[in-house]
Amino acid sequence: MTTPVVDEAVGAMDMGSDERVRRRDRSAVLRMTEVEAAELAITPRNPITGEVADERMILNMGPAHPSTHGVLRLLLEMEGETVLRSKPIIGYLHTGMEKTGENLTFLQGPTNVTRMDYASPLFSELVFSLATEQLLGIEVPTRATWIRMLMCELNRVSSHLLFQATNGMDLGAVSMMIYGWREREEVLRFFEKVTGLRMNHNYIRPGGVAADLPDGWQDDIRHLLEIIPPRLDEYEILLNNQPIFRARLQGVGVLEPAEALALSVTGPILRATGYDWDLRRDEPYLAYDQVDFDVVVGTCGDSFDRYAVRLEEIRQSLHIVEQILDLMPDGDYRTQDKKVTPPPRARIDESMEALIHHFKIFTEGFHVPEGEVYAAVESPRGELGCYIVSDGGPKPYRMHIRGPSFANLQTLPHLMHGRLIADAVAVISSVDPIMGEVDR
Amino acid sequence: MSDTEATVEEAAPVPASTSCGQSVLHPGRDAYLGTVESLRNEGYCSAIDLTVVDYLTHPGRTDLPEGIEPERFEVVVGLIDHARRTRIRLRVQVPADDPTVPSLFDLFPGTEAMEREAFDLFGVSFEGHPDHSRILLPEDWVGHPLRKDEGIGAIPVQFKAASERR
Repeated sequence: MTTPVVDEAVGAMDMGSDERVRRRDRSAVLRMTEVEAAELAITPRNPITGEVADERMILNMGPAHPSTHGVLRLLLEMEGETVLRSKPIIGYLHTGMEKTGENLTFLQGPTNVTRMDYASPLFSELVFSLATEQLLGIEVPTRATWIRMLMCELNRVSSHLLFQATNGMDLGAVSMMIYGWREREEVLRFFEKVTGLRMNHNYIRPGGVAADLPDGWQDDIRHLLEIIPPRLDEYEILLNNQPIFRARLQGVGVLEPAEALALSVTGPILRATGYDWDLRRDEPYLAYDQVDFDVVVGTCGDSFDRYAVRLEEIRQSLHIVEQILDLMPDGDYRTQDKKVTPPPRARIDESMEALIHHFKIFTEGFHVPEGEVYAAVESPRGELGCYIVSDGGPKPYRMHIRGPSFANLQTLPHLMHGRLIADAVAVISSVDPIMGEVDR
Repeated sequence: MSDTEATVEEAAPVPASTSCGQSVLHPGRDAYLGTVESLRNEGYCSAIDLTVVDYLTHPGRTDLPEGIEPERFEVVVGLIDHARRTRIRLRVQVPADDPTVPSLFDLFPGTEAMEREAFDLFGVSFEGHPDHSRILLPEDWVGHPLRKDEGIGAIPVQFKAASERR
C-alpha cells in the first residue's frame, strides 16, 4: 500500500528536487572550521566576494545556551538579525559509547546504550535487545513482548511530555514547563515502581525484561490514563489559543517531505511534513500489528506541526497503553532459554550447577553466533537503529547505534536559513535533539 | 519479497547475501556509487545509516559471498524503500592501505554527518565530501578511536601521593 504523499515525495525526488536541496545546501550550511570562522568573526567579510561586509558576522551560540537542549553549539552567520548559514557543532557529550559497547558483554550492553537517549532510554535498550535476539535466533515470550510495548509507549509519552515542557519554556510559555514536567513525573513514578529507576532503567534485556510487572500495575496504568488526557486538553487550551505561541511557531522552519527524505530525517519531524511513515505500522516489530493506533501526520511541516504531531502522538500512545491493559497475556517475562537467562535465585542456593551457570553468565557472558544484523524501532525522535557485528564471542565485535537526533540535526541549517535569530530557538526546540544520542 | 530480490538482481549485478533475513549487497569500491544510484532510482528513497566496521582483530568472516576479498574496513550503508517497505544493506570492502570511498553526498545529502562521523572515528576518507572534517572529536585530535588498534582508556591518570599516608 502506498499513500499518495509517499508517491508524491518520491516522485519529487526523481524530478531532481534533491538537486534543489543541494543548491540550497550551499547557502544554508556553513562549512568551515572553527579557525576559519574565528578569523571571519574578527574581520567580517563576504565569503564570496571577500569584501568587508559590516552587517555580516559569525555568532557563536552555545554550547551552554539554555535553549540548546544540553550541549549543542551553533555557528551562525548573521546578516543583521537574519541567519544566513549555520553549522551545528556537536561532540561535547561524546564519551565513546560505541567503543565502550565493544568491551561490555551482551548482557551488560543495555546499561551502556540506555545512557544514550536519556529522555527515552527504554527504546535504546529495546533496539539493542532486538538486534541481539535476532543474532541469537531466540524467541521472546509473548508477555515479555507486551511488557516491552507497554513500557516503550509510556516512555514515548514521558519523552513527548518532556518535549512539550521544554518547547514551551523555550518559547516563553514557562508555565508549560512546570506542567510538562509534572505529568512526566507521574510516568516516571510508574517506571520507578517497575524497574527501580526513573531513568537509565536497564530493564529491557536480551531475552526479555529484567522483572515482571509489580502487583497492581493495572491500577497505576488506569491512574495515568485518567489524569494525563485531560491535562493534554489543558495544554491545548493553554498553547493553541495563545497568539504569541502560534506566531512564533507557525510558518517557522518549514521542511518539505522530499527534503526530509534526502536529509535522512525520520520520526515526528518527517511525519510533520505530511509524510505518512511510522515503523510501528510499516515495519511492525513487537506486537504493534495487534493494536490499533493512528499515525499522526502534519500538513505543512513547520514548527507548529512538529509540536502538534508530538502532542497527538501522546494520545495515540495512551490509546495503545489502554489496549495493552486488556490484552496483556500471562506467561514468562523472559525467555527460558538457559543460554541467555540466568537461573532463578532460589535455584542458586540448592544447586552447584546453577551457581556455576549464574557465575558464567555474569562474568563471561553468553556467546552470540557470528553475524551482523540491523534492528530498528520507532523512538520518539525517529528511527533508532542498532547495527551489531558479532564474531561469535560474548561481546559485540562492533555495536553501532543509529541515533535519530544525529540525522535530524542536519536539518537545522535548512530550517533556520533566512529566518530571524529568535526563530532559531523555536527551530532547535521543535527538532527536539537529545545530545546524549547525538554524541554517543 | 522474491519480487524485490529479482529487481535488485537486475539493477545491480553485485554479489548478494542475506543476514538474519535481511538482504545485503556486496559491491566493490568501483561499483559502490553506481549501485547506490541505481538503488535510489529504483525507489530506495532515504539513506538511513552509514557506518564503518574495522575487521582488524576479527577471527575471519564466513558470511561474505564468494569472490569478495575481505579487507580491514567495511563501509556499511543502510537504505530504505518506503513505498515497498524494504530495506537493503550495502557492505563495501575498503583496504587498510588506501581507506577511501566515494562520498554519497550527491545522492543522499543526509549522509553528510554520518560520513563525517565515520571519518572521525575510523579514518576512512570519503572523496567528494563537502565538509570532510571531524565531527565528534576536537579538530586537533590525533587518531581514530574506533579502530581496533586504538586502545581504550589511553589517557594516563596520575594518582597523587595517596599511598604514603596510608
